[in-house]
Amino acid sequence: MKSRKVIEINRLSYHYPDGTSALRDIQLEVYEKESVAILGPNGAGKSTLLYHLNGTLIGQGEVIVLDLPVRKENLKEIRRRVGLVFQNPDDQLFCPTVFDDVAFGPRNMGLKEDQVRERVERALELMGLNGFEGRSAHHLSEGEKKRVALATVLSMDSEILALDEPSDNLDPIGSLALTERIRSIPQTKVIITHHLTVASDLCKRVLLLQGGRKVEDLPMEEFLQNRDLLKRFGFDPEFAGWLYQRRKG
Amino acid sequence: MRHAFLDHHSTIESPIHHLDARAKIIVFFTFILLGVSSRPNAFLFFGILVSSLIGITLFAHLPLGHLVRKVLVIVPFLFFVALSIPFLKKDTVGGYNLGLGGLSLSKSGLWILWNVIIKSTLGVFAIILLYSTTPFPKLIKGMERLRFPRIFTMIFSFMYRYSFILIDEMQRMKRARDARCFGGRWLWQSKTIGHLVGTLFLRSFYRGERVYSAMLSRGYHGIMPETMAGRWGWREGLFLSFAPILLILRIYLE
Repeated sequence: MKSRKVIEINRLSYHYPDGTSALRDIQLEVYEKESVAILGPNGAGKSTLLYHLNGTLIGQGEVIVLDLPVRKENLKEIRRRVGLVFQNPDDQLFCPTVFDDVAFGPRNMGLKEDQVRERVERALELMGLNGFEGRSAHHLSEGEKKRVALATVLSMDSEILALDEPSDNLDPIGSLALTERIRSIPQTKVIITHHLTVASDLCKRVLLLQGGRKVEDLPMEEFLQNRDLLKRFGFDPEFAGWLYQRRKG
Repeated sequence: MRHAFLDHHSTIESPIHHLDARAKIIVFFTFILLGVSSRPNAFLFFGILVSSLIGITLFAHLPLGHLVRKVLVIVPFLFFVALSIPFLKKDTVGGYNLGLGGLSLSKSGLWILWNVIIKSTLGVFAIILLYSTTPFPKLIKGMERLRFPRIFTMIFSFMYRYSFILIDEMQRMKRARDARCFGGRWLWQSKTIGHLVGTLFLRSFYRGERVYSAMLSRGYHGIMPETMAGRWGWREGLFLSFAPILLILRIYLE
């Protein structure tokens, strides 16, 4: 039995204000607790698609998130329930201290200060960042910033996490550590990445985008064995095969 | 990149550093207000103000020499403005003839010069002490709790957060420029610098858009959420007593 459908996208198209078409006829369904990787070259429309999940962008077509159509009147509710983490943590972290940044969402939700504090502590704990409360973002390493950025949405108890290249700019150890943290989060996840390892470690399903169109939507294990598709997207089939074996093992 | 920018003494452990930011804001602004509104010949009162500030500096384990140097950096600007006054202002009585092509020093001009120097030094010293004893985030919070207009504290807070990123971007662009053999005539340089500034502006503009999206994504609806309450104990009360004591001294000494 399939679980509840949490994201439903029908014939979604989006044009940037200068007329460039970024998404064409996108069709997507995501079920509860699923984790989906979005792969594709630069400019394929991955981020644009992700930004539709919480109404940062609103295109033509239908986007339904948690039974709510993404429309102006639902944005407040949708943004509370969909946590979007931007690619660059310097855009995500705009407060003077880590605590204020992680508390920003819960405070906007109108929670009391002791509830806010509790949520912040829990989110920081999940990301292994206890004791970082009073630090300023500019004194953190890139990996720490990425984790704080994640904590800023975890504190909102979002039901869906939309992550834009969470392991971007990280060294291999930092990337691995972050992947572990993300894996431990039980929510539904939609993750953009360029790293096959990250995708394979975190997701059971792959959505392939190219030129604003959906190329394929298939289970991770099928993708890891599909040499043509792997080559078309610039991945090494040998390495993919190794990842496949590791998943099996 | 890491910066020790503006407030790099603000994380020292000392009784003054531990005080609630509100107490420090009020006391240091009292210093400035009382200093600025005093008569220029209130030497004793100025002496009291300066020695109190020096006392606070020592009590806060701050290096006095470093602070004095910081004050001195700003004073020349004011000094040059003030320096011309004794030569330009004409006295009705008194004044000193220097005998250099009719150049003369006026007594009231000298008083104005002294007035500007002592008051600006005092003011700058108090402000430097304030930000050297209070980390910027706490300073902003203190201002918020003292009911400073929200829009200002918001601007300060963004300015603080993003000044570092701007400096980083500027440094990266400069490095990229220098790596491509930047040099040559001044006119050519000015064009490059113009481009650099323009690029920096555009990047900041787009970053502003992205930051705003990130804020909206976390439920921002036009009002910055209230931050937590502060702690106010007897230490704050004790420190705050500076304000009335100085006020009484000022009235008594006039």
